[in-house]
Amino acid sequence: MSKINFLTPDKDNLNTYLYTGSFLFFIAVFDVFLSSFFKINITSFLPNILSFLLPLILGIIGLHLIRIEFSGIKNLDLLNKNINTSTFNAVLTLLIIFTIIKSIPPILSWFVLDANIAGDSKEACTGSGACWTYIKIWLRRFVYGMYPNDFQWRINISFILLVALAFVGYFPSEKLKKFLTLYYVVIYPIIAFILIYYLISGGAFGLEWVETGAWGGLSLTFIVSFFCLIFCFPVGMFLALGRRSQLPTVRYISVGFIEFWRGVPLITVLFMSSVMFPMFLPEDFFMDKLVRVIIAISLFEAAYVAEVIRGGLQALPRGQYDAAKSLGMGYWKMHIFVILPQALKLVIPGIANTFLALIKDTPLIFVVGLLEIVGMLNLAKTNPKWLGFAMEGYVFAAIIFWIICYAMSKYSYNLELKYKTER
Amino acid sequence: MSDKIIEMKSVNKWFGDFQVLKDVNLDVNQKQKIVVCGPSGSGKSTLIRCINRLEEHQKGTIIVDGNELTEDTKNIEKIRAEVGMVFQQFNLFPHLSILDNCTLAPIWVKKMPKKQAEEMAMNELKKVQIADQAKKFPGQLSGGQQQRSAIARALCMEPKIMLFDEPTSALDPEMIKEVLDAMVNLAKGGMTMIVVTHEMGFAKEVADEVIFMDEGMIVERAPTKEFFANPKSDRTKLFLSQIL
Repeated sequence: MSKINFLTPDKDNLNTYLYTGSFLFFIAVFDVFLSSFFKINITSFLPNILSFLLPLILGIIGLHLIRIEFSGIKNLDLLNKNINTSTFNAVLTLLIIFTIIKSIPPILSWFVLDANIAGDSKEACTGSGACWTYIKIWLRRFVYGMYPNDFQWRINISFILLVALAFVGYFPSEKLKKFLTLYYVVIYPIIAFILIYYLISGGAFGLEWVETGAWGGLSLTFIVSFFCLIFCFPVGMFLALGRRSQLPTVRYISVGFIEFWRGVPLITVLFMSSVMFPMFLPEDFFMDKLVRVIIAISLFEAAYVAEVIRGGLQALPRGQYDAAKSLGMGYWKMHIFVILPQALKLVIPGIANTFLALIKDTPLIFVVGLLEIVGMLNLAKTNPKWLGFAMEGYVFAAIIFWIICYAMSKYSYNLELKYKTER
Repeated sequence: MSDKIIEMKSVNKWFGDFQVLKDVNLDVNQKQKIVVCGPSGSGKSTLIRCINRLEEHQKGTIIVDGNELTEDTKNIEKIRAEVGMVFQQFNLFPHLSILDNCTLAPIWVKKMPKKQAEEMAMNELKKVQIADQAKKFPGQLSGGQQQRSAIARALCMEPKIMLFDEPTSALDPEMIKEVLDAMVNLAKGGMTMIVVTHEMGFAKEVADEVIFMDEGMIVERAPTKEFFANPKSDRTKLFLSQIL
């Protein structure tokens, strides 16, 4: 044992180093664990500062001892290579581990252990954690807004139908496959509009009329995002093509349009759509607030989509245009069959980015008095009976938005993989 | 036999201030095989790209198969459908399989039924000996195979004229032969061909006439044997001495 040089661990005494090192590391983690979860300080006999730093010191020594190159143990080598290459990395690793251990108890306690969900009033929330009762009681409002309770099945049914219709694309016969693009770009939006209009708005087929001012909550988030996504994409595509057009008029109009919408803040656009836009319309012409908002957001985002798609168009080699032209294809055939499929594939990440931004921009429609989920939260938190639960509300909204956005980003990633072809 | 299919009369073209084509006159008869050679930057590619108006000429007239090339888009598309082109960089559509590359234009430009287009495409692919690769994507093929697919794709439009823009310049040496073989077969089949190439062996084997271009002008045009045996201009002699 006397031969062992403690400063430079080597392979000959692998086991000794491995056990000593692991033991020290384990002690360090265990100490933090105890103090974090059970508030026990096993090193309280030491001076304060030393007691505080002890886990870090022990951990560094432990990791130093197990840092043996080419030990022959696969997992140890992997560990050393990835998180324990130098003392600095060891410190970072330790700090991250300690931070995670330290932050678990408070999060757990706020979310679950000290939280309340029972009861149906503010008084039921006695713990120091979150008051999920508040979310539970208000859930209906957060999802459906001010939509009358008795008619909420109409929203449910129309959403279920929309989702079902969206999946139609997965089971077409060979013969119908070529109409798929047409279906998604033209027919589906029209069906969606009709469904939403007649089912959710009502006013026909014996369904009672519900004005759009009463719509709200998560369902409104979905409706606005859904239509804006559907509309902004084709508009953006045409703008991108227009910006590269040979015809000066088309080009200047596209450039002007894009630069105008990119230059103004969305909140201004929304405000104008509700206040200024009606002034330009004939008196007897009425356009619903929600429709105006959807058009405004769509045009706004279309400008961004246009620039993203233009990036893709510019990335294509000129030879692709030459080849398509040399086969006798005109402008539209060339773009539909050769250029756009390749360009759009290139810009899937950028498009997904824009779409995520769009979804997260929807709360801004509060400026025209439409209350989607965040709007409803703001309304609920000022309710005199439920003061003081803003935190729960925002956490709830954050989780909902995160789920939606994460699902979309996963989907876009899958699309990328699906259309990946070698060049 | 001797009726003209391409007529170029004093064609001029500028890229900005730089004149790429200077007063080019060129007549090509049906079933004639012409090889265009010359140093780089001499305007060879531009010349044949003008024939299907991938480049616009600014002065002069170009008449292809009785149609004059003008601004008229419909007319241009019609001519392009009759003139096949093969590029140096292959320019296959990477998002489509080889078969779809071949059937795309026949189906959408010539309105051919899908089945018929596929039969024809398979037939053309067989002729260039890559029928077994039809379901693959361009990225999965070698350069030589890609270029042969590109030839098949152009042939699927049943063109009257085929233009080749340095078809072997981007290929590995060992793949050049397979592409040239495909072109020789095509020539034997009686296609009108204009080929820009540095492959003088190919020119000797196939071409009826050879054109030598320099600085945007046609310096010399002669039947193949005469061109190689006793070139007239000094510029041509210099060029030939350097590449042969």
